[in-house]
Amino acid sequence: MIYQDSRTLLAVRDLRATVNGTEILKGIDLSVRSGEVHAIMGPNGSGKSTFAKVLAGHPAYAVSGGEVSFDGGNLFELEPETRSRRGMFLGFQYPIEIPGVANSQFLRLAYNTLQAERGKEELDPLEFDDFVREKMKLLEMNPDFLDRSVNEGFSGGEKKRNEILQMALLEPKLAILDETDSGLDIDALRIVANGVNHLATRDNAIILVTHYQRLLNYIKPDFVHVMDAGRIVKTGGSELALELEARGYDWVSAEFIASGTPKAEVGA
Amino acid sequence: MSSILQNLVNQPYQHGFITEIESDVAPAGLSEDTIRLISRKKNEPEWLLEFRLKAYRQWLTMEEPGWPNVKYPKINFQAISYYSAPKPKNKLASMDEVDPELLRTFEKLGVPMNERAKLAGVAVDVIFDSVSVATTYKAKLAQVGIIFCSISEAVREHPELVRQYLGSVVPVGDNFYAALNSAVFTDGSFCFIPKGVKCPMDLSTYFRINTENSGQFERTLIVAEEGASVSYLEGCTAPKFDTNQLHAAVVELIALDNADIKYSTVQNWYAGDENGLGGIYNFVTKRGLCKGVNSRISWTQVETGSAITWKYPSCVLRGDNSVGEFYSVALTNHHQQADTGTKMVHIGRNTRSTIVSKGISAGHSSNSYRGLVRMTPAAAGARNYSRCDSMLIGDQCSANTFPYIQASNPAAMVEHEASTSKIGEDQLFYFAQRGIGAEEAVSMIINGFCKDVFQQLPMEFAVEATKLLGLKLEGSVG
Repeated sequence: MIYQDSRTLLAVRDLRATVNGTEILKGIDLSVRSGEVHAIMGPNGSGKSTFAKVLAGHPAYAVSGGEVSFDGGNLFELEPETRSRRGMFLGFQYPIEIPGVANSQFLRLAYNTLQAERGKEELDPLEFDDFVREKMKLLEMNPDFLDRSVNEGFSGGEKKRNEILQMALLEPKLAILDETDSGLDIDALRIVANGVNHLATRDNAIILVTHYQRLLNYIKPDFVHVMDAGRIVKTGGSELALELEARGYDWVSAEFIASGTPKAEVGA
Repeated sequence: MSSILQNLVNQPYQHGFITEIESDVAPAGLSEDTIRLISRKKNEPEWLLEFRLKAYRQWLTMEEPGWPNVKYPKINFQAISYYSAPKPKNKLASMDEVDPELLRTFEKLGVPMNERAKLAGVAVDVIFDSVSVATTYKAKLAQVGIIFCSISEAVREHPELVRQYLGSVVPVGDNFYAALNSAVFTDGSFCFIPKGVKCPMDLSTYFRINTENSGQFERTLIVAEEGASVSYLEGCTAPKFDTNQLHAAVVELIALDNADIKYSTVQNWYAGDENGLGGIYNFVTKRGLCKGVNSRISWTQVETGSAITWKYPSCVLRGDNSVGEFYSVALTNHHQQADTGTKMVHIGRNTRSTIVSKGISAGHSSNSYRGLVRMTPAAAGARNYSRCDSMLIGDQCSANTFPYIQASNPAAMVEHEASTSKIGEDQLFYFAQRGIGAEEAVSMIINGFCKDVFQQLPMEFAVEATKLLGLKLEGSVG
């Protein structure tokens, strides 16, 4: 939802990033204010996931230019764990398996780390158990999840629900959900989308990275951005997603090139 | 921050630790004369001198083993002094004189206050030798007939017991280092649990008096008679330094019918500096004999120290239905090398053994599991389950598994599982994205990895071991 009195949570200006020396992000501009839901769409390899990981500080990517301010501060001065503690959340496209570490233990450590950061009281295992079970209802999760190793042997849908559960626990200011819809069947998609909708408030913001319009039937974005070859080439409202669904991505790129951007840089 | 802690744990020999051994040191070199000197100095009976000489003569014909997957310069055995009279250490007068960095390490490890003093080399006779802990402790054990003393004292006070069992599990000529130990051992522990007695407390070398100079050739003998049971703890988590580079201990355990021995070790000897210089070589022979029916011997070890570890706590399962267990965590960092594992020799019928080995390699270290499971022709219905997991941190280290299986009985069952995993950048990023820093993440992953072994440790040991692994790995990731 767009609110008049909202504040800017994320301001990205001409962001460039490389992986192994190859430039993947070639100048991204984006502004996200509290209360808003943004969708970033685009074909495979357009740099959507890279953008998400660069914001969260994945060590494999090097920022080669531009500025990002997050919640009023310079994002690049913060370590990945500090970005998390300051309220940036990345829902992973492929959640990582951590054998031998119980989900409950992992979730509690993450939660308590944040509580400590915010100067609030940490929960002991019993208190946390009550607390997390309540949150799990939202995602219709089986309590067995707590005893299993983090993401180990989880189905695709279970992993994604586990991501949203973490979002529910950490209550981030900005949640970037990287292809949270991929690998979900219709029921799981509905549950996950309901969860996200439930968590959206006028104080936080959500960036949905997705290939498909499908997710946007459940979560209505205020803005839809199309990425291609490392840039945002078009921005519109939620109706843009429907148009993309109908027409594909090629016309957007063609229009962008025609608008006069130097050709050498597009797709270079 | 992390590098400071790393230095703290692996800090070189500090003044607080110096062991000033005064005169009465035998000249370097090993000969029959040296051995006679040792035996004479210790007022030993003739049979023990013969035991030593027999071992020495066998040792002369033996060669240093070349098969372990470790590399080190050749040891000059004639350059070592094999006897020094156990004179008191140069004590510090109070805790105020102890290096504050060392105290912080203890703090971090949660070492109890009175033990900190002892470990730091402060005079603690007041605490240990007077009416307090040790005396009460010993008296309580004596009430139920348990003997727990130094092996020298046992030779004097209970020669018949020592003579009966010494060398009965690890014969004098068993292997190169065991033969050397048998020839020149100076001290160690003796523990005897009589028939039907369940030892009322964990026996810990912390509490044994006069152990401070048990030296580089330590000898331990534990006997549990019919129906007896004991849990024995060796070592400690605080870093231990020694001027002697070569350590070759022998530990023998004997369990008679229905007896139960649990032996837990946490080892954190000086591992050398970051380049692997100066650390201790720990070449140990540990073996338990399940002599009686339904007996059980369980080894649990957490190996984090030493430059080189060469050690295979083993069980010989002779009694029918006897059980052997080996639970191990071996962590190597920097340039440490470990070749460790176990041997389970099944002789009796329906004998069972379990092996759970967790190897963690970081830095430039090399970590090998080497294990033998032998099912002899008589071992009908015997079963073994082995599980060997390796974890790599970084890409300069190595992990190897060398399982040997010899099955000569068609009715025996042997199972072996192995896995290798790596703490990767993606795992650490996942933790970081949830606000959890690298060191805490590694500690959590490692504890998950070692859970099956830590569960076997006595409670307070398990807590210390958990912290210790975290400390040893600080600075090795991120």
